[in-house]
Amino acid sequence: MKTLGDAWAWLTDSAHWAGDDGIWHRLTQHLVLTVVCLLLSCLIALPIALVLGHLGRGGALAVNISNVGRAVPTFAVLVLLLLTPLGKWGEGPTVVALVLFAVPPLLTNAYVGMRGVDRSIVRAARGMGMTGRQMLWRVELPLALPLVLSGVRIAAVQLVATATIAALAGGGGIGRIITAGFNLASTAQVVAGAVLVAVFALLVEGVFEAAERLAPGWARTRGSAG
Amino acid sequence: MTAIPDDCLARNEWICGEYLSTRRQILIDAVVQHLQLTAVSVLIALVVAVPLAVLARRWGWAAGPVLALTTILYTIPSLAMFSLLLPVYGLSAALVVAGLVLYSLTLLVRNILAGLRAVPEDTRQAARGMGYGPIRLLLTVELPLALPAAMAGLRIATVSAVSLATVGAIVGFGGLGNLIYAGMNTYFKAQVLTASVLCVVIAVAADLLLLGVQRVLTPWTRAVRS
Repeated sequence: MKTLGDAWAWLTDSAHWAGDDGIWHRLTQHLVLTVVCLLLSCLIALPIALVLGHLGRGGALAVNISNVGRAVPTFAVLVLLLLTPLGKWGEGPTVVALVLFAVPPLLTNAYVGMRGVDRSIVRAARGMGMTGRQMLWRVELPLALPLVLSGVRIAAVQLVATATIAALAGGGGIGRIITAGFNLASTAQVVAGAVLVAVFALLVEGVFEAAERLAPGWARTRGSAG
Repeated sequence: MTAIPDDCLARNEWICGEYLSTRRQILIDAVVQHLQLTAVSVLIALVVAVPLAVLARRWGWAAGPVLALTTILYTIPSLAMFSLLLPVYGLSAALVVAGLVLYSLTLLVRNILAGLRAVPEDTRQAARGMGYGPIRLLLTVELPLALPAAMAGLRIATVSAVSLATVGAIVGFGGLGNLIYAGMNTYFKAQVLTASVLCVVIAVAADLLLLGVQRVLTPWTRAVRS
């Protein structure tokens, strides 16, 4: 309980909010990193998944990438990238590692969503004279949307978590408050940083949850492909 | 002045046989610590998860809170989780184990519950008709039938735990993560790459081992497939 009090005192000290090491700057960094990497990973993963799903090819690949991704420690990839020439390029290693880890859930969910579309509906669309492109945009994608969005949600939460670990490897973000706390042997600061990150992650999850509830019935998530 | 030996260690190369032979003991110690952290965490999580899932299955009202709580725990980034537990456990291996247990819980509870729910009502009624009491029904019918789903969860939880354990380096108990962390600070390429590869090897080996266990435990699933 005493630690929580100390953490609260640390959090409410206005001196800790200002400056380049301040909470505001770290929060902004965390948010920008997450959003930029989420957009980048969507740009990479979704077109591939939609095309593969539409063609019905490469399914094993999409699912296996996701499983392999789990076995590779984020922290190890970050440090490996940091020691390559990429490491000299500021946030470069962080962005690359984050994107690498956000792509698999996006890819798998979007692919499984596309393949899950009822084949008789696809055949009906073909019978109506739709071209492949029309089928993809007007039939398959709308029906696959719940799973595609579920992938985006998983990726977003994963990005928030991974951006935290990036701080261990010299990256920015709220994790930096925690690592700095460890270096200063300040439990109050460590716990304060942890609370900030936890709240941040739960907020992101909450935003997606709320968006899902507001979405029309057919676009609601019915589960995830992992 | 002594001559600097011209080997791959001195040249700081990524792949270095010299490193393997001279730091053998350090590597073995790290692997053992990594295996202990992972195994202990997953076992504790399993011991906690089974009763939770069984309770959630028995009493429908318990399922909501149990799933919500474990999902919230899963959303909290790993570095934050370890940091939040710091006041309770201090800088110890128990801290890392506690964090990993909380992570594995979500995956295990979800999968075991899904497995229990998938047991056909006919089968349960047939067992009851044969005079099975609730305990015997659970132990000899429901849990074995839930095994494939439970094992799938166990595999994901184990692979994730292997990779997350590296983050324990922040408190000095990260197994191979310690070597990665130290290697990052000293720019020691061979150490970072070797430790990272060993992590992935452990994860893949654990996954294959569990797959084998699953095949031995559930001979009937093979009969159905063939």
